[in-house]
Amino acid sequence: MSVEGPIWIMRDYAKCSGCRRCEIACSLHHEGRIWPEASRIRVFMLVPGLEVPHLCAQCDNPACVEACPVDAISIDEKLKRVVVDRERCTGCGVCVDACPGRVPHIHPTESYALICDLCDGDPQCVKVCQEGRWNCLYVVRRDPSVSYDLYAKRPEEVTRELAILLLGEKGEEVI
Amino acid sequence: MRGYAGKFLEVDLSSGDVREVKFPEEVLRDYIGGRGLAAKVLWDRLGDRWEEVDPLGEENILTVFTGPLTGYFPGGRVCISGKSPQSNGITGSTMGGEFGVELRCAGYDGLIITGRAERPVYLLITDEGCEIRDASHLWGLGSIELLKRMNREVREELEHRHPRRREWREPAVIHIGPAGERLIRVAAVVGKYSHAGGYGGYGAVMGSKNLKAIAVKGTGPLPEPAHPERVYELIDRVCQLCFASDMLRRWGTGYLGYEVGYSLSSEPVRNWQEEWHDRREYGVDRFERRLWVKRYWADFGCPTSCLKPATIRTGPYKGAITDNPDYELQAYLGTNLGIFDPEANAYLSSLVDELGFCGIQTGNLLGFTAELYQRGILTEEDLGFKLEWGDADAFAKLLHLILERKGIGDILAEGTYRAALKIGEMKGVDALRYAVHVKGIEVGAHGIRSGRDYPTPIGYAASPQGGDHTSTTRDAYEDMTWSVFGDSAVVCSFCYHDPLIWEFARAVTGWDISKHRWCTEHGRRIMTLQQAFILLGGPDVYWDPDRDFDNPPRFYEPLPSGPYKGMKADREMVERMKREYFKAMGWDERGIPTRETLQRLGLSYLNPYLQDMRR
Repeated sequence: MSVEGPIWIMRDYAKCSGCRRCEIACSLHHEGRIWPEASRIRVFMLVPGLEVPHLCAQCDNPACVEACPVDAISIDEKLKRVVVDRERCTGCGVCVDACPGRVPHIHPTESYALICDLCDGDPQCVKVCQEGRWNCLYVVRRDPSVSYDLYAKRPEEVTRELAILLLGEKGEEVI
Repeated sequence: MRGYAGKFLEVDLSSGDVREVKFPEEVLRDYIGGRGLAAKVLWDRLGDRWEEVDPLGEENILTVFTGPLTGYFPGGRVCISGKSPQSNGITGSTMGGEFGVELRCAGYDGLIITGRAERPVYLLITDEGCEIRDASHLWGLGSIELLKRMNREVREELEHRHPRRREWREPAVIHIGPAGERLIRVAAVVGKYSHAGGYGGYGAVMGSKNLKAIAVKGTGPLPEPAHPERVYELIDRVCQLCFASDMLRRWGTGYLGYEVGYSLSSEPVRNWQEEWHDRREYGVDRFERRLWVKRYWADFGCPTSCLKPATIRTGPYKGAITDNPDYELQAYLGTNLGIFDPEANAYLSSLVDELGFCGIQTGNLLGFTAELYQRGILTEEDLGFKLEWGDADAFAKLLHLILERKGIGDILAEGTYRAALKIGEMKGVDALRYAVHVKGIEVGAHGIRSGRDYPTPIGYAASPQGGDHTSTTRDAYEDMTWSVFGDSAVVCSFCYHDPLIWEFARAVTGWDISKHRWCTEHGRRIMTLQQAFILLGGPDVYWDPDRDFDNPPRFYEPLPSGPYKGMKADREMVERMKREYFKAMGWDERGIPTRETLQRLGLSYLNPYLQDMRR
């Protein structure tokens, strides 16, 4: 998994097993507890069998940064990740609504937003996904010519399309 | 107390009261959770009048329990129990899914549900507690539409209650289909379309309480374990061991649909008239290529991913959605009905998922009916259609006949054993000969005649959970681990690992839990309680130890085909093994716990109820 320079977490939705080992790894790394709702990556299962790992798309011009009323969200140029300043953040939730994918979420017990920090370049969610040979998540080199914000989508949208891909016509009825 | 949220929710559906309940530490230490704690709670509350309690009446209690290992030990599950409308005893019926994990994240270890709601309701459980909500608009729905609507409704409600906190995820939901609503004794509690707590018939218990579903969404962490670092290290070790089960991961249990028939000769074929087949076209490879949607599907934290979501892409059953089917349903809704076609099998599996039947026990019931038809005991006139082996459409019709409780369907809706009694009476024949059940619980798809499969000759006969293939009896020591401890700690048997499970249990709870003490004391106490429930039985049927602690008659008939042709259960051996097992359990030779055993296990209060049964 040695990738030079800024990375991006690729997600291959059709391969997600729904095991949520990524959430366990993420919350253990960041919170020291198994805490699914405090995990920066959250797997949605709006339709059983069509699991959607939901995490920051690391957009080039993130709406969350723009929308934050207290300038608590910024871009870390080195890793090209979105960073939340916990001291400044009030947990108002404006970023939740601003993000086209509604990816940020407020910590369940604290007053700040949670956004994937790429584990400083060594994402724990990817590690466990690879270890189990699910290969839904893997690390790629961030390519400046790619529009990653395509992945800032709401889980319903992704599930709706995944349903067609995996279930065909019947997929239109399940969500 | 570590590893537990520390509180349970008690919901009285008759009065609408909801309250929190706590158990003393010693109760949790002795019974752990899940199946064990259910036995304790049910005896404490209903034991003195057990025989009179109608499992489908207002007085029955439904328990939905986790255990301290739920969420920590890889592979999320939850354990459902109560007085069983099948055995009139109790079964610890576990099912996979996120329900147990969500419940613990919401701050509860379990639910105790009493009474009966006047109108259809569902429960919505969050960090803030439990709300009883109207479910009139959900009554009658099958699994797909129900989940769709519940997810939408609950997520909107959560967004409304807590705006701008997060994109709310779906709640974990367990529910019943139309089968449970109509009190069909082989109805399951269902989750995630195709997950089911089937054994015991608790879907009908939920139906009798007018309880359509339970949804839970918690936002907290799992309860703090005693030794966190140790626990996290053990999770990793268990995962590594599970990763080594390459073929189970790759194929799920579906590879057994061919294997168990062809190699082990222990798969039900045409209502167990045979247990062998060599139908290569029924191999898992064809299921994989024709039906699978994903190679790996898992419940919370599970490294094994034995599940394989599937859909039918072509032909008359196009669009049907199910899981794989797994081995049990490949057998019971396939070979047992003379079906050897992946699509036909997946179609029937999708129907039982959608309607909320237990696929195992319902497949047994359908096969039983088809054999009565084959023998001319039931006719086209009784059913309204022909019922030939291998005809999936006819079996689908039969399923609807049962669901609608029309004509003979009303009798079949009572499950194989009770239907056999009634049809026998109606037709003046011994229909029990063809009923493959033990203590009212249809036998799982692993036969004993060839001697090659894992259940022993007394695997079902001596078990207080009867035909349940996930809790068979072998020896009075080891049996207390996999099923009794596993179902009480509420973990998945496909990730279960002995001895790591004991280290795990100590690391999570901080209690000095030893395998030896569990296998000689705690596990035996739970099994002895379960045995007392079975011995008491009632109110509609009772089990006679001399007659009913036995295999189905079919298992004493010789296998007619395959490499183990001629083999059958040996009555003398069964009797001898049973006596030895009972003795090791501290029960008398007929299976009634002795006074000394009750005293040793601190269960002397059972003695007045059992003493007259002893010779």
